[in-house]
Amino acid sequence: MTTGELAAAGLTARQMAGRRRRLPFSPWHLVLIPATIILLFPFLWLIVTSVETSSEALHFPPDLTPHVIRLQNYPDALAAAPFGRFFLNSAVVAVTTVISNLVLCAMAGYAFARFRFLGRGALFIVMMTTLMVPFQVTMIPQFLITKWIGVHLLAGAGIGHIGALIVPNAATAFGVFFLRQFFRTLPIEYEEAARVDGATRLAVLWRIVLPLAAPALATLAALTFLDSWNSFLWPLIAINSTNAMTLPLGLATFQGAHSTEWTLLMAGNVMSLAPMMIVFLIAQRYFIRSVASTGLTGV
Amino acid sequence: MTASVARSASASSGGGSAGTARRGRPDRWQRSTQRSLRRSESLIGWAFVTPASVIIGLFGAAPIIWSLVMSFQENNLLTPNTPFVGGRNYQAMLHDPAVTQAIEHTVVYTALFVPGTMLVGLFLAVAMNRKLRFMWFYRTAAYATMAISTISEAVVFIWLFDPSYGIVNYFFSLLGIPQQQFLNSPAEALYVIVTMTIWGWSGFAVVIYLAALQGVPQDLIEAAAIDGAGPWNTFRKVTLPLLSPASLFLAVWLTINALQLFDEVYLSTQGGPLGATTVLVYYLYEQAFENFNFGYASAIAYLLFIVILVVTAIQFRVGRRFTYYRS
Repeated sequence: MTTGELAAAGLTARQMAGRRRRLPFSPWHLVLIPATIILLFPFLWLIVTSVETSSEALHFPPDLTPHVIRLQNYPDALAAAPFGRFFLNSAVVAVTTVISNLVLCAMAGYAFARFRFLGRGALFIVMMTTLMVPFQVTMIPQFLITKWIGVHLLAGAGIGHIGALIVPNAATAFGVFFLRQFFRTLPIEYEEAARVDGATRLAVLWRIVLPLAAPALATLAALTFLDSWNSFLWPLIAINSTNAMTLPLGLATFQGAHSTEWTLLMAGNVMSLAPMMIVFLIAQRYFIRSVASTGLTGV
Repeated sequence: MTASVARSASASSGGGSAGTARRGRPDRWQRSTQRSLRRSESLIGWAFVTPASVIIGLFGAAPIIWSLVMSFQENNLLTPNTPFVGGRNYQAMLHDPAVTQAIEHTVVYTALFVPGTMLVGLFLAVAMNRKLRFMWFYRTAAYATMAISTISEAVVFIWLFDPSYGIVNYFFSLLGIPQQQFLNSPAEALYVIVTMTIWGWSGFAVVIYLAALQGVPQDLIEAAAIDGAGPWNTFRKVTLPLLSPASLFLAVWLTINALQLFDEVYLSTQGGPLGATTVLVYYLYEQAFENFNFGYASAIAYLLFIVILVVTAIQFRVGRRFTYYRS
């Protein structure tokens, strides 16, 4: 608004002076802009370093903008470590884990929500107990059990194979509990009507309950995916060959081997970060709602 | 079920006192139907829960017992048998200076990380809880920290805080602060890890606080303003108490995660320099998977478990007093 317009609107000089003293934008921007710069700076610096020449990266004081853009770091990083393989392993592990969690936890959660069966209460308590125990308590026996399975039952699920990353997480007590709670909020009438019409239990779950539970399933899928994708400690223990490494473990090994080649390291990190970032940005609302729901239902 | 209803209906239509008596005491046929129905529901219930139960039982429940047993055994993979040694592992733990040190590091880390993350998250969420231009951008910047894996987070922060070429030392030099050794210094390394993890968790805290802030009813804020409360007092006396359930959740959740800190330490300092960042879980990992002292490591794991249980219980106890739930 110009002064003329304000005067035309019938404002006095005093009021106009008051207007003029105020910022043309909300003062909150003055807080949010620096905060955002700090939040984004590590990402920016990651990208900047990934396209620098190594002599420029190892120059002090550092240049905020590189003089030469060196994209060759990316092919170099790809040649130095099998990132494609790591990515594929991570994707296979995460997708398989999500699918098996959705199927197994939905079945168990539904049974706990709707069926009466002998031992239901005891079984449920045992499951919920495992929720309270930190992973560090169970990881040594889990390692020994996985090793035993690999030797005696199924080599692909043993130590050193990506199956070892899938099988122990194929169903989680959290998933069972989370879906049970959701199923209990659904009106039972639809299910009863379908039963009267002769649908089997499995058909009721598949055709009636799961479509109604789509938001809960989506939340569980998002949380399981994030968990699996970023998991580090268990892969570190369970995987010992480069071929079976997931991205975090592969990157850690890469970092160990090239700890001073910053440009290469950053290029490798950008490549492994990019797919997750893109998925995250596209499905942002979705992830946020999932994470927020853990807080709102948590306590 | 339908069949038994029809049966008892036809029985009562038989009329007379006999019908009433029969309805009160279901006949054998009816009872066996009910029993077989219940049995079939039991069967199908078990069919539904078995796959998940096998996985959770094998990898979640059984290991709890097994590691408890192991914590009373000598199990170091060098000797073929694993004799029971009573409480010797626990005794050794109490006299192990490395354990004491690891607990100290864990406590210092938790005491800085949890309030730090909560304050950063609260501050950002309050700033972001309004309609402004570019707000989607500011929020996305905060959320993005949730999508980065700990390995990338660690690599970037090692690079930012590099003693020789790091940009943080450059910013310090602009402010006239002498060059620091950061992760190479036993006195500073733990604080760099605190900074790194606060950054990494800030997005999570923002999400939780923003969700809670959006649940704060606007009429309460307006009522406070009408009653003459300034923005600061409104925030302290109205908004903050309404956020207390979210704060309690964050305090508990972040503490549980802080006590289990491992990834960032492993990836940035490997517990060094001079053991300055060896937190409890890192020490446990070393004992278990570098020294293969499974018995001793299990005892440490149980110590961790008990510490988490006790701390969480205290937080709930104390927290409940300060937590305000709207009905």
